[in-house]
Amino acid sequence: MKSGAKRYLLLALLAAVVISFFSAYFNRYYLGVTIDVGINIILAVSLNLINGHTGQFSLGHAGFMAVGGYIAAKFSLMLSPALPPWAQPLIFGAGLLLGGSVAALTGLAVGVPTLRLYGDYLAIVTLGFGEIIRVFFQTTETFGAATGLTGIPNWTNFGWAWGSAAICVFVVTCLVNSTYGRGFIAVNDDEIAASASGVNPVRYKVTAFVIGAFFAGIAGGLYAHHKSFLSPTGFDFMKSIDIVVMVILGGMGRTVGVIIAAILLTLLPEYLREFSDYRMILYALLIIIIMITRPQGLFTFGFKVRNSK
Amino acid sequence: MPQLLQLNQVTIRFGGLTAVSEVDLHVGPRELVGLIGPNGAGKTTLFNLITGVYQPTSGAIHFDGRPTAKLKPHQLVRRGIARTFQNIRLFASMTVFDNVRTAVQVHRTHGIRDALIRGGQFRRAEADVEQQVMELLAIFHLDQLRNEPARGLPYGDQRRLEIIRALATQPRLLLLDEPAAGMNPTEKTELTELVHFIKEKFQIAVLLVEHDMRVVMGICERIAVLDYGVKIAEGTPAEVRANARVVEAYLGEEATKHA
Repeated sequence: MKSGAKRYLLLALLAAVVISFFSAYFNRYYLGVTIDVGINIILAVSLNLINGHTGQFSLGHAGFMAVGGYIAAKFSLMLSPALPPWAQPLIFGAGLLLGGSVAALTGLAVGVPTLRLYGDYLAIVTLGFGEIIRVFFQTTETFGAATGLTGIPNWTNFGWAWGSAAICVFVVTCLVNSTYGRGFIAVNDDEIAASASGVNPVRYKVTAFVIGAFFAGIAGGLYAHHKSFLSPTGFDFMKSIDIVVMVILGGMGRTVGVIIAAILLTLLPEYLREFSDYRMILYALLIIIIMITRPQGLFTFGFKVRNSK
Repeated sequence: MPQLLQLNQVTIRFGGLTAVSEVDLHVGPRELVGLIGPNGAGKTTLFNLITGVYQPTSGAIHFDGRPTAKLKPHQLVRRGIARTFQNIRLFASMTVFDNVRTAVQVHRTHGIRDALIRGGQFRRAEADVEQQVMELLAIFHLDQLRNEPARGLPYGDQRRLEIIRALATQPRLLLLDEPAAGMNPTEKTELTELVHFIKEKFQIAVLLVEHDMRVVMGICERIAVLDYGVKIAEGTPAEVRANARVVEAYLGEEATKHA
């Protein structure tokens, strides 16, 4: 880790921008899928901070994604006609941050009263929260109600998606790999022992929830400006499950594994497009098989060495 | 002499059950006090009251002259009360080093911002943490095992690691909850020496809950005896041993055998 992490982040950001610059030469379909992969990496890695590292069980990630998506989309739709084209990246960046921040605030509002719940109870509460968010957007005229929002500017390119993914991975990795960050894993391992070691479990849980929600919001904003269209049905319970599956498949608390799982589970349905009706059956089968044979996750090998440096 | 820990008429009821009833207890700075009693006497409950896991139904607890009411366990750790558990509670997925590292950070000020900026201050702070952890591990001869997963350690090392983790919070009062449980006689002797060593080396007070009489009698300066949540005796090991109520309630045949 150490300061090398910052160098990796800069390299990744640079690569994202450079590749983005040449993206006109790529096949549009594959480029689109690549952007989907980037967005899903953000969703999975941020959920991994909550579910994997900190050991909570949130089923509400799609809800936070929806908040960020709708806020960012509305922001662009309102501002882009009024401002010159060169201001586009500024509007987009500001919109993403705004969406992420509102999602983070939502995370705080949901997290503070609910995070004293454990396991299954928390899962049910977050599930309910996700549905509330969806119904809220489905019934609010300002956000297009059931028809959703259309005509969102198509601003998400390779650079934005993968640049954001790089930042998300950097933040989660650096956070966890520090003396401060051991607190997240301590809470996961044994909450009572954590508090007996001076770690405030509620604070860590809320922090993980807020940071996770922030990046889910960013992912939502990227998604909105990628598809140019938002519909409440895209953020239903199944979307949350998709993200949870990525985290479980990759190995709870294993960032690299979760990234690989996010890539695989984005590409797999694309290859299986003609059998897409069976996609969820395949998902279910995958989870069952993995839970039986590799409960520690598909891409984890040996002991989880959470090494110091 | 000002007391480090002072319990006044502490009572806790769970529904109809009075687990701890009007207990007075004090521990002075750098004092080694034993707390004994038969199973279910309320020893661990008393620990949980002192460490903030439970709040007393009535009575007051003062630490360092200040009341501890309404403080959460992690806040009391910050004040200087550290503990171990009867059933070892380590961070099983972490390494030996990280177990101690988690506890060292209690008195540190750097947090999220420094972890993300990763500047010089962060690196200095982390180097400082590493040095503190390694010093502690070296004192207890666990430094060779720094990268071993805590769950893979032998039982005795797990006990020691839990004590090290508690010491890493720089406590002034260390509560040990049956540290000798599940140990053989040789290990028990080692543990007795270890507890004494800790008290001298770190100049802290120790409150020791123990089931095994020899461990407590050998090292404690003062012993309090609980039975059915009531303190029935307190005094030097010799006094406690001679107390008729204690013999009746707890020592029973073992004491007569030794006599």
